Amino acid sequence: MILPDAEATFEVLLQKLKPLITDNTALVGIHSGGVWLVDRLLPLLGRPVARGTLDISFYRDDFDQRGLRAENKPSQIPFDVQDQHIILIDDVFHTGRTIRAAMNELFDYGRPASISLAVLVDRGGRELPIVPQIVAADIPLPVSQNLQLLQSEDGRFHFELKDSI
Amino acid sequence: MLNPQLTPDGKLRHLLSTEGLPRAILNQILDTAESFVGVAEREVKKVPLLRGKTVCNIFFENSTRTRTTFEIAAKRLSADVINLNVNTSSQSKGETILDTIDNLTAMHADMFVIRHAQSGAAHLIAQHVAPHIHVINAGDGRHAHPTQGLLDVFTIRRYKPDMHNLRVALVGDVLHSRVARSEIHALTTLGVPEVRVIAPKTLLPQHVEKLGVQVYHDMREGLKDVDVIMMLRLQNERMNGALLPSAQEYFKCYGLTPEKLALAKPDAIVMHPGPMNRGVEIDSAVADGKQSVILPQVTYGIAVRMAVMSMLAGNSA
Repeated sequence: MILPDAEATFEVLLQKLKPLITDNTALVGIHSGGVWLVDRLLPLLGRPVARGTLDISFYRDDFDQRGLRAENKPSQIPFDVQDQHIILIDDVFHTGRTIRAAMNELFDYGRPASISLAVLVDRGGRELPIVPQIVAADIPLPVSQNLQLLQSEDGRFHFELKDSI
Repeated sequence: MLNPQLTPDGKLRHLLSTEGLPRAILNQILDTAESFVGVAEREVKKVPLLRGKTVCNIFFENSTRTRTTFEIAAKRLSADVINLNVNTSSQSKGETILDTIDNLTAMHADMFVIRHAQSGAAHLIAQHVAPHIHVINAGDGRHAHPTQGLLDVFTIRRYKPDMHNLRVALVGDVLHSRVARSEIHALTTLGVPEVRVIAPKTLLPQHVEKLGVQVYHDMREGLKDVDVIMMLRLQNERMNGALLPSAQEYFKCYGLTPEKLALAKPDAIVMHPGPMNRGVEIDSAVADGKQSVILPQVTYGIAVRMAVMSMLAGNSA
């Protein structure tokens, strides 16, 4: 499997995202990869856009099986969610369960005007009726493999393919 | 020796004491509590983690603040909460603690929050319950009150993030204080370099210095240059001997007044686990003053208890 260049994929995401930005758009990144993406995207959009982060640890549907994740970070939505057009940003879209949890959490902050979803990679394998509006790259993978976005210290992205445990 | 609070793979299953808890678990509780502080500031202050679970608060000894904050914490995690105030008269009907627990287990309780006047009560229950049930000690005799110790440490960390560079003084009735013991274990495990206890000899346990603290009998000397002052409540109800001449005399020697507070660092914070005896261990001017973080302690208590409950609920043996 030859993986695309993560930086080139990021550039595709940026270009596809730009036309969607309006005066009351907010970008909300899902920890950790989604937040990295938001922080790289924001200065490149050419206009001020609200920033939020979500850690969905408290909303996961596998809590009963796996317990609370050791590393959870505070979610931060520092703007009024009411009437905002929110674009959720995540790195790798897989089953759709993370996005469901993120939407549940967002609604506990208020009632947004709309929520859309932009992802760097759609790897296939969804288990819920959730489809991203923006996909920078389609990389269909078998269940036995796991694609991860990594960020090096200079902020640059790269992909890593691992066998799932 | 196997720590009865941990699962075989080292995860937190019950919270009975801060003693013997690894630093990594203490930090995980504090970090998770940090995430829950934000939840309380949202429009909807609930998360669905404990949906469908039943938490029983069983208080064999009176408490308002602790019971209420445990109740709020469980409700904000979406659990169902039952509060039982079991006073001595109903115990005298003859039911043992373990029978009470078995009956509640038969009603499908998932978690017990226990306060009892006897040291070791929560421990006894933890050894008795089925593998999927969790026990939190909400104060047992003079032994431990781990969530209070943790919320105090959490409050300190929020105001003084550099824990490795702190001088903390605990003042007052250390002898009868389960809070003091829980704080001392948590602080030393987290690497706070200097923990002082300031009290008359009659209110200190024997060999208290073995807990890794420095002992002062003179409050003025002990408060010098400290970053954190934790006042302890004078436990009137636990005193059954003449340990003190009088409350007035105690206030004179060990009460925190603005003038004694001035001996600590200028940005020192003042804490008290409550309930306060104003004019006995703390002057109102200090309790309500700008260095006091006594009410933030209460607020953070909810986040810390949410963190503990949600960590336990996910770690069945």
